[in-house]
Amino acid sequence: MKDLSLHILDIVQNSIRAKATLIGIEITEHPKENNLIISVLDDGTGMSPEQLQRAIDPFYTSRTTRKVGLGLSLFKQNTEMTGGSFSIESELGKGTKVTAVFGLNHFDRPVMGDLVGTLLILICSPDAPDYVFKHQTPSGEFELDTRDIKQTLEDVPITHPDVRNFLKEMLQENLEQIQISE
Amino acid sequence: MNKIKSLADLKKLQTEVQSKIKLREKGDHSENLIQIKVSMATCGIASGAKETMTYFIEELDHQGIDAIITQTGCMGYCYAEPTIELTIPGQQPVVYGFVTKAKAQEIIEKHVKLNEMVDGIIPVNYSSIDN
Repeated sequence: MKDLSLHILDIVQNSIRAKATLIGIEITEHPKENNLIISVLDDGTGMSPEQLQRAIDPFYTSRTTRKVGLGLSLFKQNTEMTGGSFSIESELGKGTKVTAVFGLNHFDRPVMGDLVGTLLILICSPDAPDYVFKHQTPSGEFELDTRDIKQTLEDVPITHPDVRNFLKEMLQENLEQIQISE
Repeated sequence: MNKIKSLADLKKLQTEVQSKIKLREKGDHSENLIQIKVSMATCGIASGAKETMTYFIEELDHQGIDAIITQTGCMGYCYAEPTIELTIPGQQPVVYGFVTKAKAQEIIEKHVKLNEMVDGIIPVNYSSIDN
């Protein structure tokens, strides 16, 4: 993966496949402690302890179309390259939480990339689950809950191009306001 | 400084869009629309499926073509990512491999608009004859 936003897009696909109805994406930057934490949590089917143990094994996947599953392994590798850490918690029937800690100023940390584009692809998609996105920096916090958005939109679909453009600008402005790291 | 957009602004937009939608005919059923599924698993994302999908969404909107663009999992063609599955209403789905921006543009110009298939189709290896 070229950047962190692509990792987020990738990890969230796991939650979607686990039939999650609500997915939380949280990004927290701590320049003082020099770390950047990304966590993705969902209320999907979860994993059994055996599956959980094998989840980060690149040669384990629940798919039948191919024999490898690299998403979590690549994510974990990138955290470790920046002196960070990686953990997954999961319980059958409850959901899963993936937490990745990166060294914020580490030379090998991938850039954040096109976070707005990633969020738009996830949010403005037909039959998408609900998302709660939080981004915290020392300059402030931005939270977006698609349930609020859908309530405001009433019967207008969230996939409508005008809505998409609106959300794009809204995300860009808000993330700029809290000065997120590159 | 410009005011940052909020949910109150979204409400205003909602009213505008709603009146626009009402003007359109109600015949817009999803089965009558062109459907594009972009393969969006680790293999697809690593090869640039996000750019491809964003391009399809923006370009089709720009040209005023109504289509449903969704994400799907890995179709098993990891070597040919980014892959898309294009379904023209009433026809068999077609899978294209190596869909970069340039390829996407060609697909929109030829296949979506003129219904002429272009290079890069991954053939379905076998399908049985019903009855």
